[in-house]
Parts: sequence; structure tokens; C-alpha cells
Amino acid sequence: MKKLLSVLPLLAVVIGIHFLASATDTMYYLTQMTMSAYYALLIIGLCVLMGYAGQISLGHAGFFAIGGYLSAALTTHSLVSYQDNAVVSFLDSAGMLLAGHDLYGEAILVVSPWAACIVAVCTAAIIAVVIGIPVLKLKGHYLAMATLGFGIIIYRVALALEYFGEADGISEVPAFVLLPGLSVSGNFSDRVQNYYIAWGLLLIGMVLLLNLIDSRVGRALRGIHGSDEAADAMGVNTSGFKLQTFVLSAVFAAIAGVFLTHYNGGIGPSEAGVMKSVRYVAIVAVGGMAHLWGALLMGIVLNFLSLRGVFGSYDDAVFGLILILIMLFAPNGILSLNIRHRLKQLLGRGKTDKEGEV
Amino acid sequence: MALLEINKLNKRFGGLLAVNDVSFQVESGQIKAVIGPNGAGKTTLFNMISGTFPATSGTVSFQGRELNGKKPFQVAALGMARTFQNIKMFSGMTALENVMVGRHVLSSAGFMASMFRMPWTWKEEKEIRDKSMELLALLEIEEHAHTDAQSLAFGQQRAVELARALALEPSLLLLDEPAAGLNIYETAEVGRLITRIRDLGITVLLVEHDMSLVMDISDEIMVLCFGEKIAEDTPKNIQQNPEVIKIYLGEE
Repeated sequence: MKKLLSVLPLLAVVIGIHFLASATDTMYYLTQMTMSAYYALLIIGLCVLMGYAGQISLGHAGFFAIGGYLSAALTTHSLVSYQDNAVVSFLDSAGMLLAGHDLYGEAILVVSPWAACIVAVCTAAIIAVVIGIPVLKLKGHYLAMATLGFGIIIYRVALALEYFGEADGISEVPAFVLLPGLSVSGNFSDRVQNYYIAWGLLLIGMVLLLNLIDSRVGRALRGIHGSDEAADAMGVNTSGFKLQTFVLSAVFAAIAGVFLTHYNGGIGPSEAGVMKSVRYVAIVAVGGMAHLWGALLMGIVLNFLSLRGVFGSYDDAVFGLILILIMLFAPNGILSLNIRHRLKQLLGRGKTDKEGEV
Repeated sequence: MALLEINKLNKRFGGLLAVNDVSFQVESGQIKAVIGPNGAGKTTLFNMISGTFPATSGTVSFQGRELNGKKPFQVAALGMARTFQNIKMFSGMTALENVMVGRHVLSSAGFMASMFRMPWTWKEEKEIRDKSMELLALLEIEEHAHTDAQSLAFGQQRAVELARALALEPSLLLLDEPAAGLNIYETAEVGRLITRIRDLGITVLLVEHDMSLVMDISDEIMVLCFGEKIAEDTPKNIQQNPEVIKIYLGEE
């Protein structure tokens, strides 16, 4: 209940932005705000993995892409020519397929977005388990490199397979009708409702994660981060909890991928790119690692600026620079920045925080 | 049947036999101490009992059950808690939260139940919190409950670590040098606490360097030297054991 109340001010801000945009005739900002909300959904999931469970992942764009690409491919590639196949006809009779017509009036048969979404998210979760079991035994740099390798594989698979459209990606992805009259799509007329769908999803995700970190599981995760050995001695199944958190964050990423793909009407290989993963990690770091609100705020602000093209063609360079600056000057995140203290430290006068530790 | 039975335990690190054929028992309700010079194999012995690493050969039985191959978190779930020589606080958490982690095996809310705040978890949370506060009060540090645990004084951190281990409601508590880094007053305080813990019905096995503490509180003492058990007796007899005196004071 308390967690629900804590996101109410955010809800007010969301509504406020809508009114501000409509009053100043800048409704087009809502499009980038919608996209930012989906990226932020991935980022808060990654924040729990990195900041609370203490496990880095440089492969989260991979999970985003698994979600996005699978739902795009399933809802666009027609199964008409396989209609006699037993599996296809079974799916059809189970109501998981949608019949329709393409641009040229040809009959098509595709997987319904709901079914595709479930398949995409479950696939991401299964892959997270399969990757996570061996990889989460690693620590620090080694874990970073292993997850980076996973991200590269997903990127190359997306580029290589015709099913995923190779370098062109997949376009013409249909709308995702959540409820009658409520659909995730890039239609101009649906812009406001999509803004609220995206932010609604983000708020729900935020409440769930705030609940999680303030619970038995959250304490165990923070314990693992604080001292793996002591958490183990207190009866915490550390590898099991790390794996579950990894899967949870992969599911958040995949859901973000599914929704953003339907909203954009397509997905391209750049969404699976390594630089995207680096960007997500940078944003979590800027937000303060173990700081869900910081991750949410920075996820929105930085993605919004990037999507508005403020960083121009230096987009990736800006995120690289942010990562360097944060590591140097505010390893606990931008919200922890105490500028005077930092300046003193740079001049070699003040004591560093680390000195007092054992 | 003894609470803890160690039978012919060996640990070999390459060419070094760190623990050599050690057997002993810890009876329910006693305070037992393991002493010995540096490098005698005390901490290695502890780590094998708590499951941190496996023994090369030999068995550890706890409450009549063999622990071989069990991981520390599984051993903890059976009711064996431990503290560490160099205190391992959970950084970034308050003293209370540290102790609350100790209730882990006695509670059950998982990821889904926690995220959706299932009504049954409310009661569990409250119980975890109340019980942890009780323990902080027992160790007389309840006024620091909401302080970041790592910013507490060394002695207070020891108390928090002890409370965290007690939160597990263990039948056996392993203490790895509980007086390390403490002054004589704090050491006496820890000794008083350990006796109190024993009086609560919790069996204590400790490794300690501080002779005065060990002699004061232990019911039985085992002496290790170069991985071998050389004596096991009451404090009084250990003090007069010629072999022990030779180890601690050197030969003439």
C-alpha cells in the first residue's frame, strides 16, 4: 500500500506532462516519452540485477531484442502456406492465430499479438535460465564479458537470419490490441492512449520492484551484494537468487521489447546492438546502481534526450562519456553527488569514503 | 548422541595437510573452544563444518545427519549459524535489516509473493521485524537498529553479527574468533554474552586466541597444532597439560 502511494506523485507528473504538452502544442513529445517509458522498464529491471543483486549484465539489449523480434516475426510472417500442418491448425483452433489480408488483398494467417507476446517473454525467460546457470558462477569482469558475448550472439543472429529480416529488421508489425479499444500501436490517433499504456506499465513495474526490494527477497539480494559469504551462511541460496533476479530482469527487458516493437511498428538489429546494452548499464550507473528511482529518472531523461536527437550523431559517444564521468566523479550515482565534497577530494584535502572502511 | 560429531576429518591443500585426522564431539548445551597457534587449522576446520569447502576425507554429522557435500546455505537451514573472524556486515543495510536477513530460513516469501505483497507475507514480515528487534534488544543495541550497520563501532558490529546469527534460531552457533579486535572490556562483555547464549539453550563452538576468554567460559577445550588434535579436556586440565604448555610457551 505504501509503495502504491509512493508512485502516486509520479502518476501526477505523468498526467501533468500530458497537459503541459497539450497546452503548449507539443504533443509530439509524448511519442518520445512513450518510447522512453519502455526503455525505462528495461532499465529498472536491470537496476535490481546490478544494484541489488550485484550482478552486471552487458547483454540486456539481447533480451529486449528476443522479446521484440519474436513478437514481430510471429505477428507478421504469414502461416497460410502451413495451414495444413497439424501444429498450425491446432494453434488456429486454440484461437491463437489471426486471419486477415495483406496490402495486396492476399489472405494471411499470423499469430495473435497476445500469444506472440507470451511466447516471446517465455522464450526470453528460458534463455535467461540457460545462459544464467553457467554464467552467473562468474564474477566481476568475467561476468561482464560473458554477458557481452551473449549480447553479441543475439545481435549476429538477428542480422543473419532471414526470418528476422537480416539488416532490415522487421517492419509492418500490427497493433497489439490489449483490450477492445486499447491497443499498442504507432497510429497518430492512439498517441495519448499509448502514452498512458507505456507509463501505466512502467508504474506497475516500479511498484512490483519497490515491493521486491523491501521484502525478504530484497534483503537477501542486498545481503548477497554486501557479502556473498555471509548471505550464504545465513541460509540464502545465493546462486538461486541471482538466477531468479537475472530471469526477472530479462522478463522486464523482453516485455519492454514486445511493447516498443508494436508501438514502433517494427524492430531493427540496432536494438540488439552491444552499444544499447552499454547504454543501459551506463544509465543504471548514472541513476546510482542501488537506486530504483534514480534509474527510472535517468532512464527517462537520457532516453528522451537521445530520442529527441539532442546528442546528434555523437549519441553513443555521449553515453560512453557519461559512463566515464560517473565512474570517476559519482560512483554512487548522480543523485548522490555532493559537489563540494568531491571537489575537496579532488584537491586532496577531504577524506575519501573508502578510508574508513576495513 | 552428540549434537556435532566430527569423525577422522582431513583436509589437504596440495602438499599441505591442514587438518589431519581430527575427531571430536560437541555435546548439546556446552560451550566448546578450539584453540591452537596460528596456522593450526582452526579456521579450516570451521569452514569444513559449515560447508564452505569439502573435506578431503572424514565426516561431519550434525543432529545425527551427515553434512558431507552440503552447501553453507543448506547447513544453515538445518540450524547451524556462524560468525566470521573479520566481521562480514551486509553493507548498505541497517543493523535491523542485517538481523532480518538472519530470519531467511525461517520465512518463505519468494519473488512472486514479495512483488505482489501477498497478504500472508504481511504477517511474516511483521514477525521477522519483531523477532529481529527482540534480538537487538537482547544484545543491548536496539538504539542502533536503524543505523547503517557498517558505520557502527567495531564492538557493536560484533553484536549485530551475533544477533544476525541468533535470528536463525540455531541449535549450534559457530563463532570464529569472537573477541578478535576487541579490548579487554569488550572481550569480557562478549564472554558474558556467549554464556548467556548458551543459557538460552544454544550450543556454542568457538575458535579463539584470547586465552583468558576461553578459560573463563568454555566447558571443554580442544587444542589443535599443525592440523592435529593434541589435547581435549576441561579448561583446568588443559592449563596443566605439558604438551599444551610446550606449544604455547616453547621448549626449554
